Amino acid sequence: MDHYEMKLTLKVWRQANNKSKGRFETFQVDGISSEMSFLEMIDILNERLVVEGQDPIAFDHDCREGICGSCAMHINGRPHGPWHATTTCQLHMRAFKDGDTIVVEPWRANGFPIIKDLVTDRSAFDRIIQAGGFISVNTGNAVDGNALPINKDNADASFAAAACISCGACVAACKNASASLFLSAKISHLGLLPQGQPERHKRVISMVAQMDKEGFGSCTFTGACEAVCPKEIAITNISRMHKDYLAAGLSADN
Amino acid sequence: MLDAKIPAGSLEKKWSDYKNHVKLVNPANKRKLEIIIVGTGLAGASAAAALGELGYKVKAFCFQDSPRRAHSIAAQGGINAAKNYQNDGDSVFRLFYDTIKGGDYRSREGNVHRLAEVSSAIIDQCVAQGVPFAREYGGLLSNRSFGGTQVQRTFYAAGQTGQQLLVGAYQALERQIALGNVKMYTRHEMLELVQVDGKARGIIAKDLVTGELERHFGHAVLLCSGGYGNVFYLSTNAMGSNTTAIWKAHKKGAFFGNPCFTQIHPTCIPVTGEHQSKLTLMSESLRNDGRIWVPKNLNEERKPFDIPEDERDYYLERRYPAFGNLVPRDVASRAAKERCDLGYGVGTSKQAVYLDYAAAIKRYGEIEASKRNLGNVDAETITKMGKEVVKEKYGNLFDMYEKITGENPYVVPMRIYPAVHYTMGGLWVDYELMTTIPGLYALGECNFSDHGANRLGASALMQGLADGYFVIPYTVGNYLADEIRVANIPTSHPAFEEAEKAVRERIEKFMSINGKQTVESMHKRLGKIMWDKCGMARNAQGLREAIEEIRQLKKEFWSDIKVTGVINDFNPELDKAGRIADFIELGELMCMDALQREESCGGHFREEFQTGEGEADRRDDQFMYVAAWEHVSGGWQLHKEDLVYDVVKPSQRSYK
Ligand SMILES: Cc1cc2nc3c(=O)[nH]c(=O)nc-3n(C[C@H](O)[C@H](O)[C@H](O)COP(=O)(O)OP(=O)(O)OC[C@H]3O[C@@H](n4cnc5c(N)ncnc54)[C@H](O)[C@@H]3O)c2cc1C
Ligand code: FES
Repeated sequence: MDHYEMKLTLKVWRQANNKSKGRFETFQVDGISSEMSFLEMIDILNERLVVEGQDPIAFDHDCREGICGSCAMHINGRPHGPWHATTTCQLHMRAFKDGDTIVVEPWRANGFPIIKDLVTDRSAFDRIIQAGGFISVNTGNAVDGNALPINKDNADASFAAAACISCGACVAACKNASASLFLSAKISHLGLLPQGQPERHKRVISMVAQMDKEGFGSCTFTGACEAVCPKEIAITNISRMHKDYLAAGLSADN
Repeated sequence: MLDAKIPAGSLEKKWSDYKNHVKLVNPANKRKLEIIIVGTGLAGASAAAALGELGYKVKAFCFQDSPRRAHSIAAQGGINAAKNYQNDGDSVFRLFYDTIKGGDYRSREGNVHRLAEVSSAIIDQCVAQGVPFAREYGGLLSNRSFGGTQVQRTFYAAGQTGQQLLVGAYQALERQIALGNVKMYTRHEMLELVQVDGKARGIIAKDLVTGELERHFGHAVLLCSGGYGNVFYLSTNAMGSNTTAIWKAHKKGAFFGNPCFTQIHPTCIPVTGEHQSKLTLMSESLRNDGRIWVPKNLNEERKPFDIPEDERDYYLERRYPAFGNLVPRDVASRAAKERCDLGYGVGTSKQAVYLDYAAAIKRYGEIEASKRNLGNVDAETITKMGKEVVKEKYGNLFDMYEKITGENPYVVPMRIYPAVHYTMGGLWVDYELMTTIPGLYALGECNFSDHGANRLGASALMQGLADGYFVIPYTVGNYLADEIRVANIPTSHPAFEEAEKAVRERIEKFMSINGKQTVESMHKRLGKIMWDKCGMARNAQGLREAIEEIRQLKKEFWSDIKVTGVINDFNPELDKAGRIADFIELGELMCMDALQREESCGGHFREEFQTGEGEADRRDDQFMYVAAWEHVSGGWQLHKEDLVYDVVKPSQRSYK
């Protein structure tokens, strides 16, 4: 792979805190190698800012391997940037060319208030899980792992949904800022397994109620969420959730 | 004087006897007892869930914005358990034995046997929580093999085992939060331990959003804060992984066990330049099918696929014909370093070796051709079919490699190099996971307990969940049973006042230095010293130099760093300053530990102590002990816990 160096213009959203007004700030960065990751490019800019005595750009990140779901940048109008099925931290600079201008913003949604610059508060996702995204089994209560064979297709589909990393890109991409893809991934993960059946109806009702309470919008099936999901969570999960929701409404035992 | 409190009796009865006689706390009293848990990765989240279920009042802390993002999420390969579902001869004893041997006879028999005993229940618990482990067509759980064993006992969920296990524990934890049994503090960092009359009674934590300091009381404090591999700057750990929680405890009296025992993983994506912020692991499973080599010629200029077979050095196969590419991690890493040090490395930096799938692609292609009865097929078709098989087995890893390097590993051999991955050392704990401070416990990677001088693959997840789900719920009760008469200590107590004051002064100091160097650049320099002199190979002279250099660095740090922003704000730069200050001190202790251990064992390789063939020379007569370091004013004092092997007979590991 041939490497090259770039000079770039960055327009980055700066906002001191939840109460203040934000604005774009423009930076020129040069000497950026195509081998760097996007976050390493921001690191270089931040190092420079610290040396100059300015406040570095705040952003969430941790694993830098595309699995923890911390990183969350809206890059050139798309959550996580231009690459398919890729988190911000896995995006590399060879996606850009010399002279490019890159616009970087935080997730924008009522459910995700801004904390600072590119950092948002995604604790609403935890509260949605608290509302029912679990199987109620206390430690030590389990039967042998193989006492309950699970059809491989269901197990695989459950796993595919459980691959969600709770980054919130689906919300950021949705014009209604709906959290339906996130929520439905959990409904499928647990609902496709026999262990998840006893609480299936109760789960969907209370999780949806919590989503509404957190200020996320409703789903109008535009498919924008699926297109940006770094883990390729399928929109069919939302259909499954809706079916479960209807069934739960009809059944007496929710 | 160090008492590990290993129960008497035969090895296989120790844990059940312990459980039968341990003190209990009745439900009404549990409700009155508060437990602080610092860290909610696999160890902390499982402990918080389990203790919440029991009815204790739990307060849990993590620095990420959600417990689901702890570093445990990144684990790829799998989790071991002695289920013997494969009927291939596995048992609790074998898992115990493999772990002791893999650790190069530097761990405790009693602890490791307990770990093997509870391993099976971990899988059951996770399945019940809905963890979607890989399954066979019959619907039963699937297993694969990992290094250092001859049975298939590794349970997995594609290349995302850590994520699935952590999500399971996280959901159990969130359920307890919803039930009001656990109160969760995200974006909080513990910055000090509070002791009253010698016992751990609380912490000072910083709200990372507002910058405010908080005081929290607990009848007991559990540290579950993960490993400290980031002392090397570059490692496979998450960016935020740090030593601060255990370091604060260490400075308040908790002994530190085997700090120098570090695992360097042989297969990681190599460093590309100064900008590099972290290293990415390529799973150990790749060594099942990949062949590792370097050119035989120095200054080789040709592309790898243009180098003929007889001009390649498959050095692992050459040196270790019995195990070949599947030697344990420590051995494989050192062998790569040996080649690169002599100038045979590949890539622009020359600090890499090839991990080549060409032979595997051909082999799998031929198997496919014969399975499908295709008769004589051309090489191209074979390659195509072979690639499909490889893709099914390792596709996600190959994709990750391509995303990072921009190279297609199906065509060009991957370039890999060893990287810091895991720390076997950590706070010294006894059989009950209690540190040398009464009421202070350490669980998961942040303790030193079970892996000796080298950890086997897929055993860290097992240990974290064993500690949290199945060990601490018993052992903490044994302590708390005597604490039921202790009323909550108000956080206006002078011990809290003083601890908070110390934290505040330290933060103010960081802000006031106003020097020229960034904290990040200091971290890089520390990492370089550690990697060069306390990394894959160590010697007395280098370690002495490292200690001097680190002391110098520490002086520079405290006189010349620059931290921007203000105290009462979301200020990651300031948080980083605190973490790097602690790493610098830890680095010095690691070098001292490596210096005193005049032998080679597991991941600790002292160049002066090797056999004629360049293998580790363990010196059981003098070093069969745990090095437990006590922080004393002006330095450290070494204590030794002798390791006693009643059941296993230590022998020299050989993989030839
Ligand atoms: C890339 C990679 C792959 C791996 N793959 C495997 C594998 O396949 N199998 C295996 O068995 N092991 C594997 N390991 C090792 C394993 O993942 C870890 O050892 C294990 O997950 C550690 O769990 P833990 O709960 O001890 O710590 P962590 O998961 O690191 O959690 C630490 C917690 O402590 C918190 N914390 C830290 N400091 C503070 C503080 N001061 N204040 C408040 N909170 C704090 C953090 O927020 C976090 O919640 C892998 C490791 C890596 C790096
Ligand atoms: S930093 Fe973990 S997913 Fe990007």
